[in-house]
Amino acid sequence: MINFMKYRNLYFLISGIFLFASISSLIFFGLKPSIDFTGGALLEVTIENGEESVATDKMEELVLQISDVNVSSIQSVKDTQNYILKFNDISESKKAEIILKLNEEYKNVKEARFETVGPTLGKELMIKTAAAIFIAAALILLYIAYQFKSKIYGLSAIFAMLHDTIILIGSFSIFGKFFGVEIDTLFVTAVLTTLSFSVHDTIVVFDRIRESLKQSPNAKPVDVVNKAVTQTLSRSINNSMTIIFMLTALSLLGGVSIKWFSVALLIGTITGTYSSTFVAVPLLLVFLRNKKSF
Amino acid sequence: MMVMVLVGFVVMIDMPSMPVKINYKLPQFLGGYEIKYDRIIGGYDLYALNGKIQRDLSVRKGLDIAGGVSVLLDADMSNVLDADRADALTSLKNVIERRVNLLGISEASVQTSNVSDKYRVIVELAGVFDTNQALTTIGQVAKLDFRVEDTENTDFILTDLSGANLQKATVVFDQNETVSTGEPKIQLQFNSTGAKKFKDITEQNIGKRVAIYLDNQIVIAPVVQSAILDGRAIISGQFSVDDAKILVTQLNAGALPVPVKVLEQRTVGPTLGQESVNKSVFAGFIGLALVILFMIFYYGRLGIIASVALVIYGLITLAIYKFIPVVLTLPGLAGFILSIGMAVDANILIFERIKEELRLDKPLSIALENGFGRSWDSIRDANLATIITAFILFNPFEWAFLPTSGPVRGFALTLALGIFISLFTGVIITRNLVRVFYNR
Repeated sequence: MINFMKYRNLYFLISGIFLFASISSLIFFGLKPSIDFTGGALLEVTIENGEESVATDKMEELVLQISDVNVSSIQSVKDTQNYILKFNDISESKKAEIILKLNEEYKNVKEARFETVGPTLGKELMIKTAAAIFIAAALILLYIAYQFKSKIYGLSAIFAMLHDTIILIGSFSIFGKFFGVEIDTLFVTAVLTTLSFSVHDTIVVFDRIRESLKQSPNAKPVDVVNKAVTQTLSRSINNSMTIIFMLTALSLLGGVSIKWFSVALLIGTITGTYSSTFVAVPLLLVFLRNKKSF
Repeated sequence: MMVMVLVGFVVMIDMPSMPVKINYKLPQFLGGYEIKYDRIIGGYDLYALNGKIQRDLSVRKGLDIAGGVSVLLDADMSNVLDADRADALTSLKNVIERRVNLLGISEASVQTSNVSDKYRVIVELAGVFDTNQALTTIGQVAKLDFRVEDTENTDFILTDLSGANLQKATVVFDQNETVSTGEPKIQLQFNSTGAKKFKDITEQNIGKRVAIYLDNQIVIAPVVQSAILDGRAIISGQFSVDDAKILVTQLNAGALPVPVKVLEQRTVGPTLGQESVNKSVFAGFIGLALVILFMIFYYGRLGIIASVALVIYGLITLAIYKFIPVVLTLPGLAGFILSIGMAVDANILIFERIKEELRLDKPLSIALENGFGRSWDSIRDANLATIITAFILFNPFEWAFLPTSGPVRGFALTLALGIFISLFTGVIITRNLVRVFYNR
């Protein structure tokens, strides 16, 4: 048996640093919502003219020469010959004009993707998404409450879940600031999936702790907890490793459109695994001890 | 024990039938010799299966993979009476389907949704990239008009009676007092100006045909039997109930015209999606290889068995995608690849438990049985939370307060299927494989 809980203050410190960084990033940088939520238009073009790359500011100048077109940003997509142009709103005919104009200048310009989302729809989605997160969280909480029929277990699991969610959202706030990553419906999906992953591991280790406490009610909580962690840690890490293999492969090698989705799931999986053993369990121990001493 | 061995064999016999289906559907991935090999084992079973699913020989691709246009239209119902709105929406869907067919688009889907006072149509056209043409064709307001035969009976001439004068079309059943046949008929109800115009038309054209055109396409051309004075016309003919309903829907498209507005539009080019799929599939294989190496390195012979079960998991899952069929989107593919990583979870839980039992100096056979038996609760509990989330993401009952985004649903569906199938392969199949190959 390894005395994992000896270093619990260190675990709290590590989590504290990550939480602090995430929350400060959220406060200072905020999140970059995609057109799914804000409404607007996006045009992705492929420029296959054999040249290395095209200067985005020159492209912007060209596009702005067309009347009544307001480009809000132009980005080149990494490792491809694709460029993403964003607009507040744009008609089908204006889009055709832009492609024509770009084709004159660069040759071999192809439309890869074009999306427009009405502003009312974005708001609607925002509300629905909030409802989905709320209901998922509520159902998982109910499930935890049912599983453990005890406040201290439930609270510890919830804190770990919150910890994971905040770190995931916070890291995307940082990605948004430095890599221009946007928050879309897929990111929300990743957040919801993280909620369930987070609970997944916590349940396994809590099951063990409860089982051992029942078998030997007079044992010291710290011993019981250490034993349970020893028993479940390799399983928890091994299982996460296999998921991490898949998600790392997908993040590095997978298609562009699901790259950041994979990254979000990857971060969720890592924090979910960490928090089960190093946030939920130490917290539970603190709660258990306080209960004993009173 | 005998029964369990038998179950093991049944599972073993079942299994080969799966790869054959996949071999058939994905010849580019798997060599021809494998088809022959599997046929010998699983012969009759898969023959029946193949017959059933012959039409779905390939995985259905979502728009984000195949490329195409997806449009969300908002129907403006402000000029339609509350009671008629549901009918108007059905008619709108029908009209759009007709137009899509006229464009010659084979893989199209038109769906409607109605949440409180929001009436919407979702149009998905695979393989269409000229959004401009598609949108103008789809977005037009349906135009219904009445035309009369010319003197030579060769052509129809436009009249001033149009869809705006028609209040509603309904299916009625013959209720003649003397002989009630119960035959379906179509009733047209005109408004007051329409009634007057229709009276003039019918008076002047008794014995001739009056044709009703929708979007310049003939819908029906009944012969006028007598002058209709009250604006209430009955069209009879040898309609089946279904035919009558379709005709009424078409007529109502003109009677209850609904202007539409594009709320959202997404066009994906033909290459973008396929590139992403190729890359993601490659990533999936790399990930799978890593997982298998890891399992074998860590658990030795048990790891080999888990890897076999994992490959079986992949094959079963693909077969099920084709059976349902699941429309595969990129997030769906991500869900599938993720689920491969999760599928060994049950195995890991079981193997760790077996190791523990062995540490307590229990004999191997008991350690194995206990490992499988005692891990079940944890496996079930741990997966339930993911199933809850997948349920909310998929939103199977189309609850209005939750999002119903196609890509998100794709992910939720593959994730949930992954959990159920992996419980089967991870527990039942592994258990039988272990019994057959590990006890010796």
